[in-house]
Amino acid sequence: MHKTWWKILGSGLVIYTAIAGLLLGVPHLPILNETIRNLYFHVPMWFAMIVLFSISVFYSVKSLSSKSEIDDIKAVESVNAGIIFGILGLITGAIWAKYTWGQFWSFDPKQNFAAISILLYFAYLILRNAIDEEQKRAKISAIYNIFAFPMMVVLLFVLPRLKDSLHPGNGGNPGFNSYDLDSLMRMVFYPACLGWILIGYWVYTIRFRIRSIENKQQHN
Amino acid sequence: MQLAKEVKYLIHKEVLLEWRSKYTINGVLLYVVSTIFTCYLSFVSLGDKLTWNALFWIIMLFASINGVSKSFLQETKGQQLYSYILASPAAVLISKTVYNTLLMLVLTTIALGFYTLVFDSFTPPDMVLYYVAVVLGSMSFSTVFTMVSAIASKAGNGGMLMAILSFPIIIPVLILLIKLAKNAVDGLPWENSYDEIAMLLVVNVLMVATSLLLFPYLWRD
Repeated sequence: MHKTWWKILGSGLVIYTAIAGLLLGVPHLPILNETIRNLYFHVPMWFAMIVLFSISVFYSVKSLSSKSEIDDIKAVESVNAGIIFGILGLITGAIWAKYTWGQFWSFDPKQNFAAISILLYFAYLILRNAIDEEQKRAKISAIYNIFAFPMMVVLLFVLPRLKDSLHPGNGGNPGFNSYDLDSLMRMVFYPACLGWILIGYWVYTIRFRIRSIENKQQHN
Repeated sequence: MQLAKEVKYLIHKEVLLEWRSKYTINGVLLYVVSTIFTCYLSFVSLGDKLTWNALFWIIMLFASINGVSKSFLQETKGQQLYSYILASPAAVLISKTVYNTLLMLVLTTIALGFYTLVFDSFTPPDMVLYYVAVVLGSMSFSTVFTMVSAIASKAGNGGMLMAILSFPIIIPVLILLIKLAKNAVDGLPWENSYDEIAMLLVVNVLMVATSLLLFPYLWRD
């Protein structure tokens, strides 16, 4: 029990947000209307992605100094799990954009930069495939991962602020706080973020365990 | 002090090697000039200044990938071992970056001159600001591409990996550069461009700092 409590908590929170997010009342705003409920599903994807990519950088730094294979597998599997959440974030965002801004791809800076930062991690995976020797692969891909991380931070957090975006909080659009001021939305939104981060971490631990079993079988 | 001496010596070595063969500079120069001419012949009816601006930066992007990627990809294993014994990793990286910046500055200056000569409708009203963008561009292209070419050369297969690895990293820089150059083309006052200039400088410092931290691990085989 002491090892699984966070899994139960994560799944409980996600189930709660799915039910409460669809059933509880939301403020009725022009254009957004009921699509505002997507806030509970779209935004937590990005939080989960950022957390998983940060875990990956942490283990990349660790694997450079420890040179252990486990740290390398942890780094790559958290990238794999993070990419899943990044793609889900893009899809939920595109669907939301279709109903509020009119097109799936609205040439919004945040949309473009998020897509580019996912390209960055695809490049990381391709770099891994290009190298056969295991230790060399661990070292070089860790270096690229650490080198790319500051650029991803610039892409996702700094550049969109320099440009006008259709997203809330940019270019004169109202920020989050002005419309989820009614505490009902916060009561769903914060648990959703925490729940999806925990689920993301769970996906990553499962992927890590599968990968290490596969590796063990290969060595025997 | 030791580092400064090593850097100075290594830059001297790079310049001397280039001066003897003049292969990279002439090759990339011819590449730029022929690309500009090809664009001129294909898009001749295009009148929009902003499109020309974007085109200039795309040409420069590909030229600098070709020029800068030489720095590590072209070296043989023996040459790398030689500089590994002689100098510290930081000195190798700094000297390559500085040398590439100089190379790119010469190249982009000539390319800009040729570009304004061919497309006389393009000539930006604020040439000084445009040149600032060009200088910042050569700097950021060389800081990013030098490190990525080191990664690609260690990974073993050069050309394609170089493009895949560097494009996602260079896109934000390129967006900032195009925005800054657009301000120059539109002739806006300098106050509007301080954001972009500061941001580009910050990105450069960030890239150089992470490269310096990571390069010693990469360099040691």
